[in-house]
Amino acid sequence: MYEQLTGLLANIFSQAIHLIGNNLVPLIEGTGAAEATGTVPVTTVYTTLIVLGVLGVVFGIALAIVASKFVVKVDPKVEQVRETLPGANCGACGFAGCMGYAEAVVGNPDVAVNMCAPGKAPVAEKIAVITGKKAEKVDPKIARVFCQGGRSKSQRKFVYTGVMDCTAAVLAAGGDKSCEFGCLGYGTCMRACPFDAIRMSADNLPIINPEKCTACGKCVAACPKQVIELGLASKAVVISCHSKDKGVDVKKKCQVGCIACGICVRTCPVDAIKIDNNLARIDHSKCITCGLCVKKCPTSAIRDYLTPRPKAYIDPAKCAGIDACAKVCPVNAISGDIRALHVVDQAKCIGCGMCAPRCGKKAITMVPAGETAAHGKAAQKEMASV
Amino acid sequence: MWQHVLTIFIASALINNFVFTRYLGLCIFFGVTKRMETAIGMSFTFTAVMLVEAVLNWVIFNYVMIPYNLEFLKIVIFIGTVAAFVQAADTIMKKVAPALYYKLGIYLALIVTNCVILAVPLINADEKYSLFESIAMAVGSGLGFSLALIIMASIREKLELAEVPKSFKGLPISFVLTGLIALAFLGFSGMITL
Repeated sequence: MYEQLTGLLANIFSQAIHLIGNNLVPLIEGTGAAEATGTVPVTTVYTTLIVLGVLGVVFGIALAIVASKFVVKVDPKVEQVRETLPGANCGACGFAGCMGYAEAVVGNPDVAVNMCAPGKAPVAEKIAVITGKKAEKVDPKIARVFCQGGRSKSQRKFVYTGVMDCTAAVLAAGGDKSCEFGCLGYGTCMRACPFDAIRMSADNLPIINPEKCTACGKCVAACPKQVIELGLASKAVVISCHSKDKGVDVKKKCQVGCIACGICVRTCPVDAIKIDNNLARIDHSKCITCGLCVKKCPTSAIRDYLTPRPKAYIDPAKCAGIDACAKVCPVNAISGDIRALHVVDQAKCIGCGMCAPRCGKKAITMVPAGETAAHGKAAQKEMASV
Repeated sequence: MWQHVLTIFIASALINNFVFTRYLGLCIFFGVTKRMETAIGMSFTFTAVMLVEAVLNWVIFNYVMIPYNLEFLKIVIFIGTVAAFVQAADTIMKKVAPALYYKLGIYLALIVTNCVILAVPLINADEKYSLFESIAMAVGSGLGFSLALIIMASIREKLELAEVPKSFKGLPISFVLTGLIALAFLGFSGMITL
């Protein structure tokens, strides 16, 4: 069997060389390359093969020597991390692609494991296991829409009948919306979203699906009005307006714009809101998402994404009647005599959560909405076990 | 003799500039000129590779290919030599200067199939240049290419701040600019005829 095979191979080889010798050589001759010598003898073919072979061997040996002398050990962890990453090369981490982040997170101890936005917590945990770094809690970001002036609530300058796309509409005198800072509502962000996380509402405003949004920032780049920004998902109270117009002008153009009245600034218990250039802005590093400003805003320009809000519940067994909670409650929802049991009026409670840290006895818990005071105890036990 | 070497040097650097007059090596030219740092790194690597390449290929051409009548193989053999040498340079750089290695990234591997790198030994062989003339040609071409890279990188860094129409942003405006610089370099043409 073996002899047959080798015999066959040898036969093919000899025939191939014969063919080259007979057919290829005249071909080379014909191309003019052999003009200098007149005719190319068959030996030229052999010298060609030998010279190329020898050169190949010489280069091969040289490369082998170089490769063994200058060998660089690559950390196998880099490859492991790269396989863990989603591989979208979106650049949300701030490095050049997934490979760049993988190298940085393995090589540099200061690079955190939670920087992959599309990967979120599961990827961060896996990277932490591979690199041996501490898995910090991922505070995911989300795209927020800074406009609530839908078709029914805002004015239009003219009737736009062009291409139904925001980037096209903005070319026509900045868009048909009278407010130059607002959402045009032609859905460019919806089409830009690679994760299908944006839908247009009946009132022509984008609605972001928090489950699907990975905070990749594609919609932020796509919006010609810069209406969409990335924000921390945990900071759920947002002033949903970008208008820098004076209050009077805002009122003319839109029912839900920020008129810079300053009520939120005075309401905020932690001084997180400032008015700058006729527009209130929340400093999210200070904001405790109590939601008081949402209730007080006269034009409902502040949006509360934390819905439904939890309600405060006082554990009768722990309450010592200190009254500190009643004093801090901004809506007077807590009642009760001093040194007697205090009760939260569930109808009045807005779930700001300001009373809970005030209670020295830790008697107050924030119970998720939908659970009444009667169910409160069970919920409390559940929370304690978690 | 030395006068001819100097002529070849200046001619290959300015008058027959590979990028602006012969329109070769545009891939790397547009690839690494986004930032001055990579442009300068690439200039050094390119000139060094070109110099060694020209010498190696001159030796192989004159002492192997001519005696055995293998001139018709020059494209194959020159590419082989370039590939082997660049691969070796790649390995050495990864060890010696990893920062530069990661900055140049894919373009270092692209030197292998770069047309300027291949054009220099081919021209040397066609013109039957001597060793010194070949070296002059290689260094001149390398410096000419470096000049092109540095001019383009400095313009493109400024271009980042310029207001360019959206459809022209990035590569298109770079091509327009290259055309304009090529027009300027056209002023050198005819100064030296080889």
